[in-house]
Amino acid sequence: MTAVVEKPRKAARSKVALSEGKRQERRLGWLLCAPAAIVMVAVTAYPILYSFWLSLQRYDLKFPGDREFVWFDNYITVLGNGYWWSAFGVTMLITVISVVFELVLGMGLALIMHRTLIGRGLVRTSALIPYGIVTVVAAFSWRYAWTPGTGYLANLVTPDGAPLTERASALAIIIVAEIWKTTPFMALLLMAGLALVPEDLLKAASMDGASAWQRFVRVMLPVMKPAILVALLFRTLDALRVFDNIYVLTNGANDTRSVSIIAYDNLMKGLNLGIGSTMSVLIFLTVAIIAFIFVKLFGTAAPGAGDEGKR
Amino acid sequence: MALARRIAAAAAATMLLTPLAACGSDDEGGIPTLNLYQFPVQDMQTVIDTCNQAAAGRYEIAYQVLPRAADDQRVQMVRRLAAEDDSMDILGLDVTWTQEFASAHWIRGFTGADRAEIEKGTLAGPLASATYDGKLYAAPNNTNVQLLWYRKDLVPTPPTTWDEMIRASLKLKAEGKPSQVLTMGAQYEGLVVLFNNLVASAGGHVVSDDGKTAVMDEGTVTALRVMRQFATAGVTSASFSNSIEDDVRLAFQNGDGAFQLNWPYVYSALQSDAPQLAPNVTWARYPAIDAGTPSRVTIGGSNLAVSAYSRHPDLAVDAVKCLRNAANQKFLAIKAGQPPSIESVYADPEMTKAYPMKQAILDELKDAAPRPLTPAYQNVSTVVAAQLSPPSAIDPARTAAELKKAIQDAIDSKGVLP
Repeated sequence: MTAVVEKPRKAARSKVALSEGKRQERRLGWLLCAPAAIVMVAVTAYPILYSFWLSLQRYDLKFPGDREFVWFDNYITVLGNGYWWSAFGVTMLITVISVVFELVLGMGLALIMHRTLIGRGLVRTSALIPYGIVTVVAAFSWRYAWTPGTGYLANLVTPDGAPLTERASALAIIIVAEIWKTTPFMALLLMAGLALVPEDLLKAASMDGASAWQRFVRVMLPVMKPAILVALLFRTLDALRVFDNIYVLTNGANDTRSVSIIAYDNLMKGLNLGIGSTMSVLIFLTVAIIAFIFVKLFGTAAPGAGDEGKR
Repeated sequence: MALARRIAAAAAATMLLTPLAACGSDDEGGIPTLNLYQFPVQDMQTVIDTCNQAAAGRYEIAYQVLPRAADDQRVQMVRRLAAEDDSMDILGLDVTWTQEFASAHWIRGFTGADRAEIEKGTLAGPLASATYDGKLYAAPNNTNVQLLWYRKDLVPTPPTTWDEMIRASLKLKAEGKPSQVLTMGAQYEGLVVLFNNLVASAGGHVVSDDGKTAVMDEGTVTALRVMRQFATAGVTSASFSNSIEDDVRLAFQNGDGAFQLNWPYVYSALQSDAPQLAPNVTWARYPAIDAGTPSRVTIGGSNLAVSAYSRHPDLAVDAVKCLRNAANQKFLAIKAGQPPSIESVYADPEMTKAYPMKQAILDELKDAAPRPLTPAYQNVSTVVAAQLSPPSAIDPARTAAELKKAIQDAIDSKGVLP
């Protein structure tokens, strides 16, 4: 992400001849960040390259003798498979719906947390509780709540149904659990954006006769745009990898698998390192493409990086 | 403040290290510990204590209880084995996993005198499930077959074929009496067992004998036709396509059904949970497809194997022989309801009271049908369950063709698992 942003700057500067002192300084800079960079490469690049290497092979732990190099056969298999695309569709559905709801609810929550005067610490802390609960624990309480017999919600909403055993209702429950869980995180990121809006600007707009809604849409949102985009990017990438909620709530039954669940099933239950790694690489590519779209098309940047680029 | 933090950090570090230390401390000098990784079995600890006593200090078996769900058991063992974990010695395997573990070289074969001792007196069906490539990789522990349970107050003579059973059920339905045929139809292993029962009874083959090719012959098409007919005739319960073992047992205990196809564990549960219904319920052989050919049913149960990474393989083999010996099998049959894999145990007088249906079980076991014996069974089962669910949507010829392709892909580890 940062690499993409920094590229034009570096190109512009290299045209200017550097003085001896500057060059020394730059070398020192490289030396100083080298250890961190090497560790980063070791812990991130190696597993990525290794799973790409695995994805080019027929490699099944059940048949250790049949390991062979098959180029892109696994990709053809996965991309031509209905189960994969069903999981992909489910993932996209969960991502889009949950992120939209989280943005709206998170904004509301952020405004409340930002504006509260009395008991500010208490309000902020209690709003963050869902995010503080371990997802698996929360997912189990959702599951029991929606199980007929043990749960209060199942009997309340559908007196004689089992909502977790039907596709549409199970997906709705997964999405609700996701939204409940991560809205506070969204609110936290948006609150950081709200802090960027200068009070004077709002007062000036108010003096000019702008209504509360106009101040929100015309003043606050444009100033907050970088923070909103970063929040959306984080949550979209996070939602794409949804696993724990589904694992606990339905374990992928009734076509509620996400791409992470199907990759886990093929890797861990099927022991198929080839196909499973192919899926992991495809998830990685999807994440990379979405990050690219956000950064290039919407101009998302790390907070602070945007200002520097303009300078 | 700083001091308090440092103390807290030290305490946390100690807490992190303690379990590691426990793992690292080997049995040097003392009695070697053999870790038995097995699903929860009632009164299993008593059997282990008996064997530990008999070992007289040569080894000490420690029971590491795995989760209840079969998938979770398998995933946990497989992860450890893939990492060559040497702290596992004895593994309790579902009968369908033996070929997979053997093919991956995760379990040791039993050879020579050990093999002869295990094979002696053991029923042929369970033994086949423990064999791979002509070698014995596991010791059959308990076995299992489904029976037909029916209401003798409603049905005077048990049906011998599926057609007869469906007709009898429809007749009861017309008379307004409890009529349902209850069995497992959810998308899971239980549906695959039903399919395998029908295929074997129709003389068909899903996978070739060497486990390398998908066959799906005429018999499998017949089986699919019967399955569809059963699912659409109006004799099943409304929740058939979502039922697992306990749903079926409970529905039958509620008096909804006239017939139940289920494992023998339902018998003891019926005596304690529905005593007013129990005297009206009896059992018969699983229904056949043709009146002339007896049914062949799927073998369940578990095997004991020795991990290839065990540090005490010879002791582990001895421990396996003790854990599954006739006396312990009889104990678990009576206490935990597990049908024994050693034939002579059935003849024991004590079994008659706890196991009145033992003769029916034994008869079915004599020519029982294993599930497809292939290292890729887990994959085959997953795709079969996905293709057959819901059973009412089966189109025999088309489903057979689709299954053949999906199964072949699963065997070749080419397909994507649903």
